[in-house]
Amino acid sequence: MVTVTINSYKTNNRAIMVILDVLSRPSGAVGLFLVLLHLILAIISPYITPFDYKLQNSSLMLTPPDALHLLGSDHLGRDIFSRTLMGGREALAVTGIATPIAVAWGGFIGILFGLVGGRVDEVLMRVVDAFLSLPWILKMLVLIVTFGTGMEVLIPTLAFFYGIPVIRVARAATHDVIARDFIWAAKARGHSRISIIRSELLPNVLDTLMVEGAMRWSWMLLAFSSLSFLGFGVSPPNPDWGLMISDARGFMSFAPWGVIGPVIALSSLIIGINLTADALAKSLGIDRAQKAPV
Amino acid sequence: MSETAFITIKNLSIGYNSRSGDVIPILRDVSLDIRRGESVGLVGESGSGKSTLALAGLGYFKRGLRVLDGSVHFNETDMLALGRDDLQRIRGGQIALIPQNSGQSLTPTLRVGKQLIEALRLHSDLNSKNFNSRVVELLEQVRLPDPMAMIRRYPHELSGGQQQRVAIAMALAGEPEALLLDEPTTGLDVTTQAHILELLRDLARDRNMAMLYVSHDLGAIARVCDRVVVLYAGEIVLHGSAVQVLGKPRHPYARGLLSSIPRLNQTSMPMSLDGRPPMPGETINGCAFSDRCVLSDEKCTTSSPPLLALESGEEVRCYHSNLIDRIPINSKKVASFRKSGEVQIAAGLQRLAISYSKPSFLTTLFKKSSQPPNTVDNINIDIKKGETLGLVGESGSGKSTILKAIAGLISPKAGKIILDGTIELSARVEDRDAMNLRKIQLIFQNPDDSLNPRHTVGQILAQPLRLYFGLKGNILRQRSADLLDRVRLGAHYLDRLPSQLSGGEKQRVAIARAFAADPEIVLCDEVTSALDVSVQAAVLNLLDELKTEQKTTYIFVSHDLAVVKAISDRVAVLYQGRLCEVGPVNSVYQAPFHPYTDALLGAVLEPDPYITPVLSADDIVELSPPAKGCPFQRRCPRKLGTICETETPPGRQIGLGHIINCHIPNNEL
Repeated sequence: MVTVTINSYKTNNRAIMVILDVLSRPSGAVGLFLVLLHLILAIISPYITPFDYKLQNSSLMLTPPDALHLLGSDHLGRDIFSRTLMGGREALAVTGIATPIAVAWGGFIGILFGLVGGRVDEVLMRVVDAFLSLPWILKMLVLIVTFGTGMEVLIPTLAFFYGIPVIRVARAATHDVIARDFIWAAKARGHSRISIIRSELLPNVLDTLMVEGAMRWSWMLLAFSSLSFLGFGVSPPNPDWGLMISDARGFMSFAPWGVIGPVIALSSLIIGINLTADALAKSLGIDRAQKAPV
Repeated sequence: MSETAFITIKNLSIGYNSRSGDVIPILRDVSLDIRRGESVGLVGESGSGKSTLALAGLGYFKRGLRVLDGSVHFNETDMLALGRDDLQRIRGGQIALIPQNSGQSLTPTLRVGKQLIEALRLHSDLNSKNFNSRVVELLEQVRLPDPMAMIRRYPHELSGGQQQRVAIAMALAGEPEALLLDEPTTGLDVTTQAHILELLRDLARDRNMAMLYVSHDLGAIARVCDRVVVLYAGEIVLHGSAVQVLGKPRHPYARGLLSSIPRLNQTSMPMSLDGRPPMPGETINGCAFSDRCVLSDEKCTTSSPPLLALESGEEVRCYHSNLIDRIPINSKKVASFRKSGEVQIAAGLQRLAISYSKPSFLTTLFKKSSQPPNTVDNINIDIKKGETLGLVGESGSGKSTILKAIAGLISPKAGKIILDGTIELSARVEDRDAMNLRKIQLIFQNPDDSLNPRHTVGQILAQPLRLYFGLKGNILRQRSADLLDRVRLGAHYLDRLPSQLSGGEKQRVAIARAFAADPEIVLCDEVTSALDVSVQAAVLNLLDELKTEQKTTYIFVSHDLAVVKAISDRVAVLYQGRLCEVGPVNSVYQAPFHPYTDALLGAVLEPDPYITPVLSADDIVELSPPAKGCPFQRRCPRKLGTICETETPPGRQIGLGHIINCHIPNNEL
């Protein structure tokens, strides 16, 4: 009989190790900083905006930036700086809820397809391909036009359509793992299918799903802004970057400052998310973009 | 042989910068001369820096590596000072590399002939009109049958040995004066390996080439090399002629390495070399081998020994090379006496047949009866309780397939698998009951792949303990620790991840996991072939000890005849999924032989330069077994005639429990 010493080997929690590694990479540090900045601003913006984002002032229509109105004012005389600060709240809330749903259902279905394989997988993947081949904006507009705008429609719609590409990724990741000996070993021991999925497969697919989730999030944000731009996202007078760009579009020739704020905000968030996803993939060791040997 | 060195490596140190900025050396102060017409073997375990040194001969360094000190000269050209274009001209032209996995180094979409022409275009001065005839000539030189047909083939249509030959032909295209070979026969079957080595040996002699042969396989080194260099932890520890180094090595590490190799002429287990080499970057006090060395004393742990030149012409990095005879070369351990009194049958295979081919939609539609022959057919073996049955054969002989069928991972097409003499096992693992599942456990070849990289050792061991015994909490942890102790690992390994373990440690964890189920039969699928020789010996010894403790039965699959001999009580020789010979280990490894056993044994490479392999059959394994007759009919050097092609050979009783399936009469075998 040997005595058991608990945790005599220094094991660092993998999650902490990964986060530290992400932070040690330039892209990870910059990306995470941008994302966190946006999240914090979205939370505290109602308390720090210099002006009320709804406040219209007919004497201040389309005035250029000055000391008081840092980014100028729009065609209704509203302060663009305040509206830019507030403009990400709804987008982040909607996509923040829709992304985990998309990854969860897409990941679940993808793993299932990868496991089942054979003819069922073959046929269902063609259905997925058919869905992917339609332009996303068309698919979404059909649903939004039918059921109306608003969070309760946008969240399920985005979650549904952005879950479909996740199926593909999760299925491929499952295929990578499923042929490995430790799955065979579990099968030979007689573990049930559910327990093999839960304890052998899932921990190995999760990394891929996490990176995929981050990428989907940035795509979803762009989609949300595009919908707002087209008038199907946020309803006025609530501010949104997409909507603000749409509003300012007509005056671009003589009041270009209208688009600068929302464009910088939106692109910095998207770039931040992408950089983070990139660093995350490298830290998790699933990054395939390596420098060519020749 | 010219006296001036052709490849000169002088005081070479190579290293990389770690993330924290420290310089971590991989090779330390290595000097090596190779003359024209001379072949030098480079031996070491994985991580010893041998491949790095071979690639340095080409002036090539893997990403991140850089030269810290020293020089590499090829034919009086400074390889480290050359630019990219000049290097490219020399590489492939004057000096050629033959890598380990040549199947992957050939372009899959180009026909063999085209690839060779490309090599000629780059590296030879021939007129392009003569390319075709030169290609045929090259293919003939590497002894490929029917070169005209070979030109039109794609790499995937060739066997592993044929691919390796094409790679050699490609290397010869530029009429190189030096060849660098990086484990060129590792992963090939024994007969193929022997054939390739003979070819390389003859080529080097005919063309007066300089060869640097990197391998962990001392048997291969013994066959082709004049001189041998032993690397340990990035340093040369021993350098001498092949006869000196392989016959009577003067360094404790080389001795340990040599005695850890199982040999055909021994019946006992090889001795294991305990411990592990230092990792790159680890601080080494004194001699790098001191912590594993039996001769080590205080001097060894405080100051690093220099490379001393001995009178015999050898160079040794050891203070105690005069005491070397205190370390025995041959294994002294007497094999545990295996009782044969018990005749209980642990498992029986009855007329087992397995087929991978599913009838396609069209064949079922038209009811064509031309079914391909079964991959595995007519296997009848009883495995006695407490014995080790070795299954040997080349790749494609169906040995792993049989194991998978016993484990329930492949459903046999026909036949029965009987457990404990009475219980007929269901074909599919899902249909077997928990009791029978527990009794059969499987250990895989590659522990990197059989241990979940996301689970700690504790979690890995908990899987069977929870499943079969419902253990939880502290009892579970205590039991896991006991298991680790049984495989000679400490309880402190419980919280490590597989990536934090060495190859041998991983395989021990995999063994512990199999024994966690308290199994009656353990199926071992090439469990040592992914490991270094010294580790292999340790794992073999461990398996043997566990067997005596637990009275388990092993079915041990391996392509390595010496390993099978060391561990088995009985051996079954398989070819193309059919039994050729079954019998007690000592009878199978002695005449009379089945012609296939004879061919296999003849091709085994021993780490002894005086033993020449006997090549009695060619090395091309058919893609599928013949429909009728003896499976070995095409390659058999002693084929009788049409009887071998039409009739299944009878099982001839040679001795007690020794059966040979062959048409040749007993007294002529």
